[in-house]
Amino acid sequence: TLRLICTSTAVQKRNVGASGPEKYTEAFIKKQIEEFNLGKRHLANMMGEDPETFTQEDIDRAIAYLFPSGLFDKQARPLMKHPTEVFPEQRKIQWGEDGRPFHFLFYTGKQSYYSLMHETYEKFLNVQKHQDQLTAQDLPLQREKRNLAGSRWLTKIELEEMLLEKVSDDDYSRFIQLLQKLVALPCADIEEKYIQKFSKEVPVQLQKVVIEPLQHDERGVAFSTGEGKRKTARATAVVYDNGTGKITVNGIDILHYFPVLQDREQLLFPFQFLGRIGKHDMVCTVSGGGRSAQAGAIRLASAKALRSFVTEKEVEFMRQAGLLTVDPRVKERKKPGQEGPRRKFTWKKR
Amino acid sequence: DDKLLTEPLRHPDFFSVKELFTLKDLFDARVHLGHKKGCRHRFMEPYIFGCRLDQDIIDLDQTMQHLQLALNFTAHVAYRGGIILFVSRRRQFCHLVESMARACGEYAHTRYWQGGLLTNAHIQFGPGVRLPDLLVFLSTLNNVFEPHVAIRDAAKMNIPTVGVVDTNCNPCLITYPIPGNDDSPAAVELYCKLFRMTIIRAKDKRRQSEAIEELQ
Repeated sequence: TLRLICTSTAVQKRNVGASGPEKYTEAFIKKQIEEFNLGKRHLANMMGEDPETFTQEDIDRAIAYLFPSGLFDKQARPLMKHPTEVFPEQRKIQWGEDGRPFHFLFYTGKQSYYSLMHETYEKFLNVQKHQDQLTAQDLPLQREKRNLAGSRWLTKIELEEMLLEKVSDDDYSRFIQLLQKLVALPCADIEEKYIQKFSKEVPVQLQKVVIEPLQHDERGVAFSTGEGKRKTARATAVVYDNGTGKITVNGIDILHYFPVLQDREQLLFPFQFLGRIGKHDMVCTVSGGGRSAQAGAIRLASAKALRSFVTEKEVEFMRQAGLLTVDPRVKERKKPGQEGPRRKFTWKKR
Repeated sequence: DDKLLTEPLRHPDFFSVKELFTLKDLFDARVHLGHKKGCRHRFMEPYIFGCRLDQDIIDLDQTMQHLQLALNFTAHVAYRGGIILFVSRRRQFCHLVESMARACGEYAHTRYWQGGLLTNAHIQFGPGVRLPDLLVFLSTLNNVFEPHVAIRDAAKMNIPTVGVVDTNCNPCLITYPIPGNDDSPAAVELYCKLFRMTIIRAKDKRRQSEAIEELQ
């Protein structure tokens, strides 16, 4: 009598997840590219345009027209792009027909990273040799200061994209240390091109706020404009020089527009701070928001306009007083399951 | 094709490896210098000629024989188109070994050895990978002065090994040990030169034999 020990075939089932993410073969990508080109010509035909001069922007517009989608996430909407942008770049099979790998560092596991380290070290040795030659000939070593402030090294993610394989934190820090050592040498200018591959320009950080110069109207009076906002109110103010301290809002005098004292105080605060209460005239337009919001918006607009009349030190004082900062507070939305933005429903024990 | 493979095996020194080095070359490259008496490994005693002022001197006659056998073996492996992997965990010679491997057209591994490289290759690299047919150690110890993991892994996977064993190394699991100095730059450069020349010679001979076969 036979005794079956292992009956289920479940043991021999292929573990689909173990092979990693789907690998795209070259043939598959080629087919996708052909299909994309054909589809592009069909689309051009459908839209009545010339198939030869149909650019990517035309494709995007056509797709947005034919398949309108109300989804918020742009990446979830219908997409038609060249397959090289859609399918991520992947490593093809690393060895030839006879089984021999192509790269000489294949058996290390991280071939691109180690070959990069190898090349960088070779450049390092080159620079040292050059230095030795110069010292042997008693020539002075060059010292052109590299602009360190304007550049930064590649981040780990950018390096991973460059090498197409994962880089661990230790490996990344080692690579950056090696690059720094290379840059620290006096004659590193020889390998400038190689180093530039791994450094990026940092854009100018502080965008200096440009204070506009004074403009003059027909009568020769200097004036300047400013814009401000608060909650939902938007205001524009024009501040004239050689004035008597008259302020007009939407064509109406402030005494009639803002009956409440608090709002008028808000309007006058920038002038009071600079000590120029009777010296300027102001004409403003405001819309949206409520009483207090409109007052706050005009205050910000007038402070911005006054920057052109005043020295830089006083601008700094105004900034520190909070006159030039936009108030970020807006009405918080109501959440479901609660009565208001923060207030919860009354809790009843039973 | 059959004749190509059996022809070199009939001669004891088909690739004339003996001409590549002399005893004087080994001596000038300081191959005979070992470590101090206290670092001596028990299994290296047969290869040691003597001890002077506490420093072990390796027997260069034995080194000559072992080196010849090893070079002959690498030449045969290269002739048959085998994959040769150079392993060394010494930081000073890492660049030299890698450039030498690239010049030969073979492979090198002078970095941190990940656990399952040989034993777990199908999962690490992918299905259908071909493992190296010969491992050449320019230094059998790793950075903590312990035997390199690759010796044991190669023995597990039935891969023959050639290795330069110093007086503090364990020559047990290595198929073709070469007793000699692995610390001096001169000695390591000499080994690199010898391996490079043998491999290039073997590959050239292979191409010549194939060309002759095609003509016939």
